[in-house]
Amino acid sequence: MSTAEATGTRTAAPPKGKVSDRKKAERKLAWMLCAPAVIVMLLVTGYPIAYAFYLSLQKFDLRFPDDKEFVGLANYGDVLSSSTWWSDVITTLIITVASVALELVLGMAIALVMHRAIFGRGPVRAAILIPYGIVTVVAAFAWKFAFDPTSGFVFGLPLISDTWQPLNTKGGSLLVIILAEVWKTTPFMALLLLAGLALVPDELHEAAKVDGASTIQRFFRITLPLMRPAILVALLFRTLDAFRIFDTPFIIQPGGALGTETVSILGYNILINRVNLGLGSAVSILIFICVILIATLFVKGLGTSTAQQRGEV
Amino acid sequence: MKRRSERSSRAIRVVSGALIVLASALAAGCGVGGDEGGSGARAINWYVFNEPGGAFDKAVADCNKEAGGKYKINYVKLPTDANQQRELIVRRLAAEDDSIDLVGMDVIWTAELAEAGWILPWEGERRQVAEEGKLEGPLKTVEYNGKIWAIPFTSNTQLLWYRKDRVDPPPDDFTWDEMIDQASESGKAIEVQAAQYEGLTVWINSLIAGAGGQIVDQNGEVKVDASAERAAEIEKKLATSAAAPPGMSTNREDQARLGFESDRSDYQLNYTFIYPSAEAIKGFQDKIGWARYPRTDKGEESRPPLGGINIGVSAYAKAPDLAFDAAECLASDEHQAIAAELGGLPPTTEAVYEDEKVQKAFPFSDLLRESIDAAAPRPVTPAYSDISLAIQKSFHPPEGIDPNGLEDTLRDRIDKAGQGEIF
Repeated sequence: MSTAEATGTRTAAPPKGKVSDRKKAERKLAWMLCAPAVIVMLLVTGYPIAYAFYLSLQKFDLRFPDDKEFVGLANYGDVLSSSTWWSDVITTLIITVASVALELVLGMAIALVMHRAIFGRGPVRAAILIPYGIVTVVAAFAWKFAFDPTSGFVFGLPLISDTWQPLNTKGGSLLVIILAEVWKTTPFMALLLLAGLALVPDELHEAAKVDGASTIQRFFRITLPLMRPAILVALLFRTLDAFRIFDTPFIIQPGGALGTETVSILGYNILINRVNLGLGSAVSILIFICVILIATLFVKGLGTSTAQQRGEV
Repeated sequence: MKRRSERSSRAIRVVSGALIVLASALAAGCGVGGDEGGSGARAINWYVFNEPGGAFDKAVADCNKEAGGKYKINYVKLPTDANQQRELIVRRLAAEDDSIDLVGMDVIWTAELAEAGWILPWEGERRQVAEEGKLEGPLKTVEYNGKIWAIPFTSNTQLLWYRKDRVDPPPDDFTWDEMIDQASESGKAIEVQAAQYEGLTVWINSLIAGAGGQIVDQNGEVKVDASAERAAEIEKKLATSAAAPPGMSTNREDQARLGFESDRSDYQLNYTFIYPSAEAIKGFQDKIGWARYPRTDKGEESRPPLGGINIGVSAYAKAPDLAFDAAECLASDEHQAIAAELGGLPPTTEAVYEDEKVQKAFPFSDLLRESIDAAAPRPVTPAYSDISLAIQKSFHPPEGIDPNGLEDTLRDRIDKAGQGEIF
């Protein structure tokens, strides 16, 4: 958090006038200090992405290495013209939008509680963070067992019908997947939002109070606008994560049964199960493009909002 | 303000510290322990599923003793899930991993591993040893392109298990329709495996073969016909009847066994492991009756499923000759009998069924042998796993499928699967 603050102050005060020799030397040093990281990043992310793209242009099945040939963009055409890809994209979007929206609302509430907690703040925060510390696969199993028709405790609860079998239907399975995802990652959202809350100066609240603003007005008119960058960062992280969701549906409905297949599971099935490297890489690259699109949308929103904020303050 | 942020950053430090400890503990736990097998010229690493009864341990110990230092077999356990077993083996063999010498191959892997050139054929005298005295069904599962690619070790098939205390013994020509009607009337379930996984392919393949049909023939040609719709009709009829077990569309072998043991069902289609495991419930084993797999059509013999494990030699084995010797020893008649006794795994050699130990382990050994003889093997094609995925997608969820037009959907998906396209 301290590094974020430091860069914040630096960008807020850009150098004015001509660049001194010392600044130049500092810049050069900065590049040299960054170089190892940049090289490592190129090696561990640039190379695999380029290689995946190269593979995606070929017909290449590990089991039939002799049939390997260059097919151009045929794999992309195959994926984009299939109904499987599009239905998986829709399933993934449903899970992403529903879980991120729920997480934002719950995360905000929890962040406010953590921010304002008067006693036992440490234990409260630790307790809230526990779900995030649990391995996703373990959490997914817990939710699966909870809704299992033979062993699930959920059906013993009041207001829930014994004959309801959520894991036997598409809607029910998606619901359980979303619940598991929300339960697991809301603390992460809350943590990011808490950092945003800490940025809202108390003086503004006090001034608004003097002016007679109600609590709700202060939340929507002061807290939310000032937190906008933090909210956008939190949404960006979570949306990217949620779009690539794999573990939870993989455990709750193995094999993407009942139409719960997400794009990552489709990629896994083709790459790992069918060992079809060409087609599978095409799917991976398409997922990558989707992720870039989402990131660009958010970063654009984020960029304008921080610029606005800087102008206002 | 300042105090608060100090406290919050301390909280974050504490929590993240705890997370790091947790993560590193898990990472350490994930590391493959002593299971990785040995190295050295004489070490033979046998990758096979974990047999909890101790039969494979015994076979390995016996063979190592017999070899007198010529080779030393290490028993490396694969994950329990059949899909994960295949993924691990395929991934490693594709990378030409020479730490695998022997592969405990599921009967459906033969064509795939052989076509890719990952396993060695059994030729000349080796072939004779592999074939000698074996039942026809298991022998067919090691054959591809006129060659033998593994030695049959254990076999498996499903029987119709029923509650002797509640229903009459089914007649010889008992059909799925009759069974579903009868169970619906009494309000008791029929346990099957209908989750979207390999077990569903097993069921559908037997239903289709029982109607005289076939999915893919010996030459890899797609042979989907009206029998696919007949299979779908039966599947849907059960799923929408009163005899559908709870959670049918997610049930696998073990849920079926538990359901049967929980008293909710009169019938169960499952492998032989359910019989020894029923011992855990006092007096329950005596209530279990067994019969041949039900028929799809009244006039046509039933075609039970065929499972089991063959032992193949990896093309990247460091000492193939020693590996062949080790495989022959592991799959010997004696070790097949031990696998039956300790692991409840049916033998592949005909003569072993006469063994006293086997007779004791399987009071139904005659029916078992008859079923294995009549069993319908699953498609023998290098694209098997793709085709199986296509079948699973087409026949799931059981209550939601439309038998009309399923023939075309299935053919279309299998064509695409065979050509390496998305489906």
